[in-house]
Amino acid sequence: MSVILILIGFSLLIAIAFLTAFLLSVKNGQFKDTYTPSIRILFDKEENKKFKTDNKRK
Amino acid sequence: MNNNQKQADLETYCYHCGDYCKDESYCIGDKVFCCVGCKSVFEILNGNNLCDYYKLDDNPGIAPFKNVIKQFEFLDDESVAEKLIDFRNNDFSSVTFEIPQMHCSSCIWLLEQLYKINSAIFFSRVDFLNKQLNLKFDHNKISLKEVVLLLANLGYEPLLNLDSIQEKSKAKSENKIYYKLGLAGFCFGNIMLFSFPEYFSISRNDQIFREFFNYLNFILALPVVFYSASDYFVSAYKGIKEKILNIDFPISLGITALFLKSSFDVFFNSSAGYFDSLSGLVFFLLLGKIFQNKTYNILKFDRDYKSFFPLSVIVLKNSEEISVPVSKLKIGDRIKIRNKEIIPADSILFKGEGNIDYSFVTGEAEAVPKVMGELVYAGGRQIGGAIELEVVKEVSQSYLTRLWNNSDFTEHSGSKLESLSNLAGKYFTYIILFIAVSAYLFWMKEGAEKALNVFTSVLIIACPCALALSVPFTMGNTLRIFGRNKFYLKNISVIELINKITSIVFDKTGTITKSGISQVEFHGKILKPEQACLIKSLVKNSTHPLSKAIYNSLINYDDLELNNFIELEGKGIKGNINGIEIKLGNKLFVEEIFESQPDKKNTQVYISINQEPLGYFTVANKYRNGMKNLMRKLQGKFKLFLLSGDNDGEKIFLKEYFEDENSLLFNQNPIEKLSFIKNLQAKGEKVLMIGDGLNDAGALKRSDVGISVTESINNFSPACDAILDAETLTKLPEFLKMSAASFNLVKISFVISLLYNSIGLTFAVQGFLTPIISAILMPISSISVVLFAILSTNIFAKKYGL
Repeated sequence: MSVILILIGFSLLIAIAFLTAFLLSVKNGQFKDTYTPSIRILFDKEENKKFKTDNKRK
Repeated sequence: MNNNQKQADLETYCYHCGDYCKDESYCIGDKVFCCVGCKSVFEILNGNNLCDYYKLDDNPGIAPFKNVIKQFEFLDDESVAEKLIDFRNNDFSSVTFEIPQMHCSSCIWLLEQLYKINSAIFFSRVDFLNKQLNLKFDHNKISLKEVVLLLANLGYEPLLNLDSIQEKSKAKSENKIYYKLGLAGFCFGNIMLFSFPEYFSISRNDQIFREFFNYLNFILALPVVFYSASDYFVSAYKGIKEKILNIDFPISLGITALFLKSSFDVFFNSSAGYFDSLSGLVFFLLLGKIFQNKTYNILKFDRDYKSFFPLSVIVLKNSEEISVPVSKLKIGDRIKIRNKEIIPADSILFKGEGNIDYSFVTGEAEAVPKVMGELVYAGGRQIGGAIELEVVKEVSQSYLTRLWNNSDFTEHSGSKLESLSNLAGKYFTYIILFIAVSAYLFWMKEGAEKALNVFTSVLIIACPCALALSVPFTMGNTLRIFGRNKFYLKNISVIELINKITSIVFDKTGTITKSGISQVEFHGKILKPEQACLIKSLVKNSTHPLSKAIYNSLINYDDLELNNFIELEGKGIKGNINGIEIKLGNKLFVEEIFESQPDKKNTQVYISINQEPLGYFTVANKYRNGMKNLMRKLQGKFKLFLLSGDNDGEKIFLKEYFEDENSLLFNQNPIEKLSFIKNLQAKGEKVLMIGDGLNDAGALKRSDVGISVTESINNFSPACDAILDAETLTKLPEFLKMSAASFNLVKISFVISLLYNSIGLTFAVQGFLTPIISAILMPISSISVVLFAILSTNIFAKKYGL
């Protein structure tokens, strides 16, 4: 049964790791702005073509 | 959209900002721009491969240079730059700007691609909700001034005023409560798990396990008590120091009793103790605290003249224009103020034609003409051409600043109420202490240990967790409901204050009237220019507000000489010009036809020249829609007053809105408004003031509840308790009802939580309290109070249509 003591010790360590992760994420401001990242992710990556002044959509 | 349509759109509307284009003088290829500013932004973007900007949203741009071109020379001043910059080392500077103009995803995209325009700006990050832009740039390659100029050229001019260089770094304390909550939640969960064997009496026989779990719980409880709950101890201590028993006192008492008794149990009785209840209690309390602290980031409730004043002003030195920080203005400096700029210090007009709009300071709607040599007070806004002024008083000594620093303005109204929960907490503490002591004395006959046990049990079970939660959740949810309806409160105590209100004072300009000039339109045959001249000359002679409005709409026409002017009150006006008879007024007067269905929204003014009817003008009501209804709803329940900085020209209209003519006061300056509120309060009235602008600032602050009305929540609003979007002003009666309802709901949830407390107390005084009872009772009472608070406020909100 004493194996449980070890298991509990480890589970607590893992839990503490998650707690630290949470505290760090608060510190880094992950919860400060919950809106902008949702927009940011939709932006396309680099497209290296120059916008033509005479529009092709014509 | 078909091609033709698109073509038409491109031709008439600016490709950049979407404004209407008068002609096609600014165009690149097939893209038309409304002004040189928009065109140049496009050129910058196009030159830097940033035209995706236009794909993300239609016409996303903001026309730069629409206002005056500003100068940012003052940013070269080290002392100013230092205040703006958050952090600086040898390689880079980090700065955060407030940019109210950002409004769409294109803005976010562009502002985060600044490095493409200038590689010295190597980092940019937008916080859209707070309208902030965080930049890191290499200050060896680009100066702060150049960064700001770049932003301004793109149409995103950062907000730079005296306020923005003052306060910084508030965010840290906001984080703290999340740390505390996270930690408490963590410990609560784990302690709960480790207590399970105890709940089911599994570990009874296993000495090692019991002790192991108990000590583990003890260790986990330490950060909860000493870190997470520390605010409660501090607050209770502060309360005692000021001889006030606040709600935090019984809470701290409960936490202390829980902790001491549990530690004692663990170390000397080798039983489990109440660590689970303890950490749960703290967790729920902190949750409540976060819930009630809903803040509206973009809104500022404590703005004063500093955020109204510009950061810099142009000083003329040796016929050179230098931009200087306002705080460094000296007496004798020659300053230049351009159209729509604010005069930062009392000064004498030196050159140019002054036409100063004091509406913000005094509430007077019309601009005041000033001639050379006249004194101009700070806070006025120049309308028209540029003027030159000589500063006679420093900014800190100016009329407006002194007004603001006047003791009446800063004076805190001492009558602010003791908050409901503290009031409850006070009586609660006395009762609990009484019960605990009597139980202790009663059990003394069974031995001191038993008595002490009962004493601590009472304190533990009586800890007013549910009581402390009912206010944050009821009021906090009401705050949210109000926020959804564009009524933003500073904090929850405002709701309590609103309930005590007996009189409501309205400001006129900008509050019950819309700001700006009324809309005048002509219906009928097309007016010939000579007819317009005739009408203008006629209405010029009348002081009636409608005549004035029509006059303003015809201001570009010539004046003619008028004879035989007659004004018939309630009917109209007539006169002769060169033998032509002009009549203007209601339909009966002008056309001698009875008007059967008058249009309620707009006022119609009929017109005839030489007995020939031409048509009519409609003058859109300057008053906000639904005002009459609003007044009718409030009438009888509250005493209503109107304070106006303007003259009494509109008294006739306002009489329809306010029953009592004596409650209309005109020509009130800020000090008079303030003392009016003071007098009302001296008569025992609790005053709700609704206003806008700096001229109401003192009154707003002095009143028990000051609500500032604004067309756009990003605009300047003076210091106040609440900000109300102008659109929802008509919902005021519902807001008042809702606050009353939530106040009553708090009382009901007090009763519920007291019920739980008394159940617990019956166990406690009999000496039956066990950890498991407490572990069941505490969460149940908290959760049921929270559920009740949220559900009931939502039901009432629905009932009132909020």
